[in-house]
Amino acid sequence: MKLKSLIALPALALIVAGAATGCASAAGSEAKGVEAKAKAGQLTIGIVFDRPGISQKNPDGSFSGFDVDVAKYVAGKLGVQESEIKWQEAPTAQRENLIQNGQVDYIVAAYTINDARKEKIGFAGPYLTVGQSLLVRADNTDITGPESLNGGKKLCSTVGSVPAQNIKKNYSKDVQLQEYDTNAACVEALKSGAVDAISTDDIVLAGYAAINAGKLKVVGKPFTKDSYGIGLKRDDTTGRAKINDAIEDMIKDGSWAKAFGKNLGPSGYQQPAAPAVNRY
Amino acid sequence: MEILTEYGDQLVTAFTRTIQLAALSAVAALVLGTVLAAMRVSPVWALRTVATAYVNIVRNTPLTLVVLFASFGLAQQLGITLVDPKSPTSITDSSFRLAVLAFSLYTATFVCEAVRAGVNTIPVGQSEAARSLGLGFTQGLRYIVLPQAFRAVIGPLGSILIALIKNTTVASVIGVAEAALLMKEVIENTSALIVVGLIFALGFMCLTLPTGAAFSYLSKKLAVRT
Amino acid sequence: MSTKPALKTLYDEPGPRGKALNLIISAACLAGLAGGAVWVLSALREKGQLAPEKWLPFLTADMWRTYLLPGIIGTLQAAALAVVLATVLGILLGVGRMSEKRLMRYGCTVVVEFFRAMPLLILMIFCFQVFANYSLFPSTQLAMAAVVTGLTLCNGAVIAEIVRAGVQALPRGQREASIALGLGNGQAMRMVLLPQAITAMLPPIVAQLVVALKDTALGYQITYVEAVRQGIQAGSAYSNYIPALLVVAAVMIAINFALSQLAVTVENKLRKGRKPVVKAPDQQVAVPAL
Repeated sequence: MKLKSLIALPALALIVAGAATGCASAAGSEAKGVEAKAKAGQLTIGIVFDRPGISQKNPDGSFSGFDVDVAKYVAGKLGVQESEIKWQEAPTAQRENLIQNGQVDYIVAAYTINDARKEKIGFAGPYLTVGQSLLVRADNTDITGPESLNGGKKLCSTVGSVPAQNIKKNYSKDVQLQEYDTNAACVEALKSGAVDAISTDDIVLAGYAAINAGKLKVVGKPFTKDSYGIGLKRDDTTGRAKINDAIEDMIKDGSWAKAFGKNLGPSGYQQPAAPAVNRY
Repeated sequence: MEILTEYGDQLVTAFTRTIQLAALSAVAALVLGTVLAAMRVSPVWALRTVATAYVNIVRNTPLTLVVLFASFGLAQQLGITLVDPKSPTSITDSSFRLAVLAFSLYTATFVCEAVRAGVNTIPVGQSEAARSLGLGFTQGLRYIVLPQAFRAVIGPLGSILIALIKNTTVASVIGVAEAALLMKEVIENTSALIVVGLIFALGFMCLTLPTGAAFSYLSKKLAVRT
Repeated sequence: MSTKPALKTLYDEPGPRGKALNLIISAACLAGLAGGAVWVLSALREKGQLAPEKWLPFLTADMWRTYLLPGIIGTLQAAALAVVLATVLGILLGVGRMSEKRLMRYGCTVVVEFFRAMPLLILMIFCFQVFANYSLFPSTQLAMAAVVTGLTLCNGAVIAEIVRAGVQALPRGQREASIALGLGNGQAMRMVLLPQAITAMLPPIVAQLVVALKDTALGYQITYVEAVRQGIQAGSAYSNYIPALLVVAAVMIAINFALSQLAVTVENKLRKGRKPVVKAPDQQVAVPAL
């Protein structure tokens, strides 16, 4: 009895592992950078699925948004057709891991470039300059910037997010903070009047304003400055250079501005100047 | 170890929140659950039907949805925020109270089923005797049946309480700053995953294991011997 | 589950006054309910939640194909896989806890008690991070693996207790007779005790399936494609958050309710089918599955 169970327990663990790995291929752990993968004709790109205007899974199963257009353009420059792109969801907590594990080839997902991340992965770009801003209801007039949240205004943000802490620390001490786990939940709360404002990157907010045109608006000037980059393996310098070329081309030939107008135009939010690619 | 020094205070605060959530919800769920059980065994058709429908609907809803409905349905759509909107801490209080409400409503269905099962174990002679003494339905239930029923279901009630303690982690979806929410934040900021996991596991074991031991002691001590 | 009272004997057949009183209470109760419903609906309408454009998307194929069905399938898949694995794990742990060997017994007890004490959500978040950090699973299966592992461990511990209770409820003579016939401990367990205990174990195990199904909703927090998460994404795409949650809730309740009914049917079938060796378990108050 004892012996059998002792054997069976690890066996079970193997079954658990095996069942879940079932259809796992050797998902690119031996990949040699973006360029090699592109030559083979297929790319797996990490995006988010639920950020309107930036990158969203549409009801018909297709994907659209500014990030998606950037990702497609870059893939095109690398010689990969749109139909050969495999879109993969890259949730915030997983992004660095996905890249390090080689489960995605690159990530275009409102991915802010910072030094902590640069220790783990590489960033091409930036392809967009962003800053923290506020989203309010269209009929709201008394919130104009982060300081105007004083007086117990209600601010919504995602769990543990930096933007909300920034406002609380640096702009308005007595703002009330509601945390939900998605921005979509915050938008719902904003529309119903449960909170007064949402804070995160202006571009993300513009995306929500675009699909709620006339109901929500982005107010004030961005009060921080960040850049979105395309994340890929840290040591993949050739891949990074190729993607940087593609971004420069996209800005130069006007596709960049067109993508912005198409996806975020309806928000009424002013298009920021195209950033200069930083090759490091 | 530096995790403990860095997050020590927050850990205490978060687990205090967890305990508060569990304790308040437990009391409310016990009361509501008993009322529901009484309704389910009552002679009035409508009360039975309503209680049965309530139990079957709520018990079969994922707790995550119940909690989301409390925040998005009750508070935002119906305006039941449970706080004074002008209070400077209205949001934290509101989320906390709504979470307690959600847990109470959900857990009550399980309390109801446990109490009802307890009522079923009471020998028929007990309530017959009560009636022959001239006690009505509510009196018989209150003085004769329920006291014995409770003693019979202390064990199951203990399991429900333990489940409730564990379930409080779901409150993190509406931003209640309890243990699971803290764990998510800590995980994002450190790389010592296993240590973090063990700390939180230990925290919950400190809550659930004594509860389990206490209830199994009580259920033996208070069992109705026949 | 029936609306009939559990015990007729808690009250007498009401007389004319009693009947009238019951009728009044019933009427008051229903009136209160109707009033509440009207208030809720009017409040929802005022907030625009009943607008047709929020509800019509549910009649389109895209809504179901892209959002809801994958979510429901994800929920069912994770729950089914978890319950099968948890049953295997539960039987092993449960039998291990009754082993003659002390080390085995203690080991299994520690494992069972540990996972009974752990909140599932904490376990899922933990598994998710560990699997991600050490790349134990490909990304597409990562969330699924974390959800299934969490569910398997937690439910396995619960099922271990169900197994133990089922076996222990058997009369002592069963085991003694098997030993007297020359069976070893393991043989007695496998060939005599477990098969009989199945009768008592099956209904709570089916009930555990409902628990697992509901608990997959926790996978929402670690990005598993399950019903609640898909509902929220649909709500985001069609700007109908509340209606989407309501529809998801209705679907989940229907599935869980059907499963609960199945548990009851299984129990009745088994009770009728063969004379249980176990004394009727209704004296043993069933632990409601949470």
